[in-house]
Amino acid sequence: MMKQVKCECGHVNPHGTVLCESCGRVLVEEEKSKKLVDMRYEGSARRSQTYNKTIIDKIWNFFSSVKVGVTLIIITLAASAIGTIFPQEMYIPPTENASVYYEDQYGFAGEVYYTLGFHNLYSSWWYLLLIASIGVSLVICSLDRVVPLYRALKKQRVDRHEGFLRRQRLYSATTLASIEEDSFEKIKEKLKEKRYNIREENGSILAEKNRFSRWGPYINHIGLIIFLIGGMLRFVPGMYVDELLWIREGETVVIPETKGEYYLENHEFILETYEKDKESEAFTTAIENNGTVAKNFQTNVSLYKESGETIAGQDPELEKVEDYELRVNEPLKFEQFALYQQSYKLGELSEMSFALTNKETNEEFGQMTIDLHNPQDEYTFENGYSVELMSYFPDFEFDENSEPVTKSRVPNNPAFIFKMFSPEHPDGEVSFVAIQQTIEPYGDNDLKMAFKGVDTQNVSALTVRKDLTLPILAIGGLIFMIGVVQGAYWNHRRIWIRRLGDQVLVAGHTNKNWHGLKREITHVFDGSGIQEPIDQSDETTNKKGKEE
Amino acid sequence: MVALSGNLLFIAFLLYLVGTAFFAGSIKDKKAREKDHGPNKWAKIGVAFAIAGFICQLGYFITRWVAAGHAPVSNLFEFTTFFGMCLVGAFIVIYFVYKLPALGLFTLPVALLLIGYAAMFPRDITPLVPSLQSNWLHIHVTTAALGQAILAISFVAGLIYLIKAVDHTKKTKEAIWLEVVLFGVVCTLGFIIISSVFGATGYKSEFHWIDNNNVEETLEYHLPALVGPHEGEHLTPDKFSPLVETPGIINAQKLNTVLWSLFTGTIIYLLFRLIARKRITLALQPLTKRVNLDLVDEVGYRSVLIGFPVFTLGALIFAMIWAQIAWSRFWGWDPKEVWALITWLFYAAYLHLRLSKGWHGKKSAWLGVIGFIIIMFNLIVVNLVIAGLHSYAGS
Repeated sequence: MMKQVKCECGHVNPHGTVLCESCGRVLVEEEKSKKLVDMRYEGSARRSQTYNKTIIDKIWNFFSSVKVGVTLIIITLAASAIGTIFPQEMYIPPTENASVYYEDQYGFAGEVYYTLGFHNLYSSWWYLLLIASIGVSLVICSLDRVVPLYRALKKQRVDRHEGFLRRQRLYSATTLASIEEDSFEKIKEKLKEKRYNIREENGSILAEKNRFSRWGPYINHIGLIIFLIGGMLRFVPGMYVDELLWIREGETVVIPETKGEYYLENHEFILETYEKDKESEAFTTAIENNGTVAKNFQTNVSLYKESGETIAGQDPELEKVEDYELRVNEPLKFEQFALYQQSYKLGELSEMSFALTNKETNEEFGQMTIDLHNPQDEYTFENGYSVELMSYFPDFEFDENSEPVTKSRVPNNPAFIFKMFSPEHPDGEVSFVAIQQTIEPYGDNDLKMAFKGVDTQNVSALTVRKDLTLPILAIGGLIFMIGVVQGAYWNHRRIWIRRLGDQVLVAGHTNKNWHGLKREITHVFDGSGIQEPIDQSDETTNKKGKEE
Repeated sequence: MVALSGNLLFIAFLLYLVGTAFFAGSIKDKKAREKDHGPNKWAKIGVAFAIAGFICQLGYFITRWVAAGHAPVSNLFEFTTFFGMCLVGAFIVIYFVYKLPALGLFTLPVALLLIGYAAMFPRDITPLVPSLQSNWLHIHVTTAALGQAILAISFVAGLIYLIKAVDHTKKTKEAIWLEVVLFGVVCTLGFIIISSVFGATGYKSEFHWIDNNNVEETLEYHLPALVGPHEGEHLTPDKFSPLVETPGIINAQKLNTVLWSLFTGTIIYLLFRLIARKRITLALQPLTKRVNLDLVDEVGYRSVLIGFPVFTLGALIFAMIWAQIAWSRFWGWDPKEVWALITWLFYAAYLHLRLSKGWHGKKSAWLGVIGFIIIMFNLIVVNLVIAGLHSYAGS
């Protein structure tokens, strides 16, 4: 520790103290010439103002500066704004390729936007670095100020040094002779009425209230830091799950990330829209003007839990946990998970029916229905007729070599290669069947697969979410709110009354809302014979105003 | 019920208007100027009108809530009128703390402009889409609006401060920028006037055009088309034909509205200059003569202090809770969310600059003005131009 400063009053202050923690005497020469003392941190010894030698000192001093903190805030603010000029990549249509999309939609500006990486701005390394720097600044700024401030407020004595009182913004001096003896009692009464805590020593009075409001900023900074830590924890494995589960009507599937423990069955997807005649009259014009307005997206589901051990190859044994109507704003919660109605697809193909038919006579030899999600290899009819499904393309297209391929496993555009067996053609006839087209690669067939119909079903998209960081974020948010309210809605006020020789010195200080303090002071000293403290800054601000 | 609700809003609008006149009278009153202490009779009548207007608007709010079955804060019209109501409410509270008639003279017109602006958008009671069907609609939107309204008081205080403190006889940067801010306010008035005029005549012209995604779209204009869509086909040739075509990435109809607002605003502004023979700021300056700068500075600061926690709670914390319930994530970098964060960061910077860097007076007043510009940007530009997930707020 560097040398300490011993004040005339006997109190030993840490190195760098401007105003004695105990009596408030001005300890630094250059401060003595000033008309008012700087009361912001009670003239306490802040590390950043005292040491500047080692690299740690420099880093500390850099981040402890409010100027740096505000600069970081402004840069973050500007960067965030840039990110809203064009949509972020996550909001462009999922089928679009970002490298083309931005130029396509927004021309040259879009191309620049994409090249600079602004389409993923909020997850860019430099944006995260900005947020992290704000976090570091929060910690260092707070530590730099709160410790010495706490000491100074703890150690303050009642009868403060005359030089300290004289340099307060609100100050007055009255000759003792002009004051009646019971004035002090009356003043104390009034101060108590205004909820001041009163300390008395050697005939001097210190009235103080709401000191706790000084801790508000530091408490809200703690809240913010907890919140930021909570945000970082998302990247720890196991803390966060974000999956999209597409589930068809009638289907039972395992819920991802539940280690195969939970299954979900989709009974039905319901889409409702507002209908003019069924709704309250108040909505009639809006429905007429806007056309279709969605009223409800809902998936009726059953949640199952696997019971007992599953033997490989066997269907798991499921025990129903609950039935639930899953709507927007009403997620289904179980253990640490929640399922959300996210999206849907109406009328996805589920089954296709064909009849094995003689092309000439249109005689049918049997009908078959293909489950488009789980087709059979072979369909057998009576009298020696059967159909083999040689190939299946759920989402068919021709590739560059004109070979049939499938784009996905979703049956958006199913196509089949059938081999049709009949007593006449025991080796089978091959036919390629897609929607609205049939190709017979080996010449003219006698038989054809006549299209009979389709069955469709709705598909729900549910978000599977687990977020163990939420409680931490909630605590951070709560602490922030407590701190910010504490700091904003209360004011720390002090009134010093000191008898010195044949004079009574009165000074007042508040960390904000001077008009409130002045009003209280007027009330307290009214009719006491003590001169009401006047605002010494009025003159100085007026002068400053002219200089500007 | 719906008709009653609309009438109450209209009455509230008129009451605010009369209230403004009384506040102006309170400042012009010579007798009061001699006394120079406490609000005079005119100011008392003014605040009575403000309170009566507020009660009427509360009546509008409640009856509309009853009619719709949900709090009327679900589209741009409803939100903006509610914002105006909160602003008047915040003013009334602060008036009784600080007794500043000038604050009424400047706050009520801002509220009037907000309500007038809101009325230019569809006023139908709309049923709620699934994502809005939640009690958090009431909690989140009302708290956010209240927070913004309290913060907006610091804009009004800042405006008063600057009108008084800046030397408007000289062409300083500060004086010019303040005039620009007021010109922006005049353009809002221009938007309301021109939209009302053509709205009353039922003007409508239509265009077909192919947008960037090669989708054919119809654009409906309610103002004569100065600018038309890219390679648009004019379907109503008897109506005014566009002078210029915009590039494909620009929404021609919105740009057209902006141009008309600027145009009308300029006309009003020039007329004013012609009659008053001075800048608006200079013309308004006498109204701030009796204002105590220190007090106005404190009002501005206090409204930020009071509004900041409310805004944080409504626009960020409640917003996050609801987003987690409705959209499965509490934060998704949607433009509206980002601009709420920007507003929050801005006022955080305001508080730090004031507390630690001693930014009082003019600097602080300017920050109050800029803060309100950010809030308005989030309300208007983000809703109408950037859209995103909160896009239902744009109709």
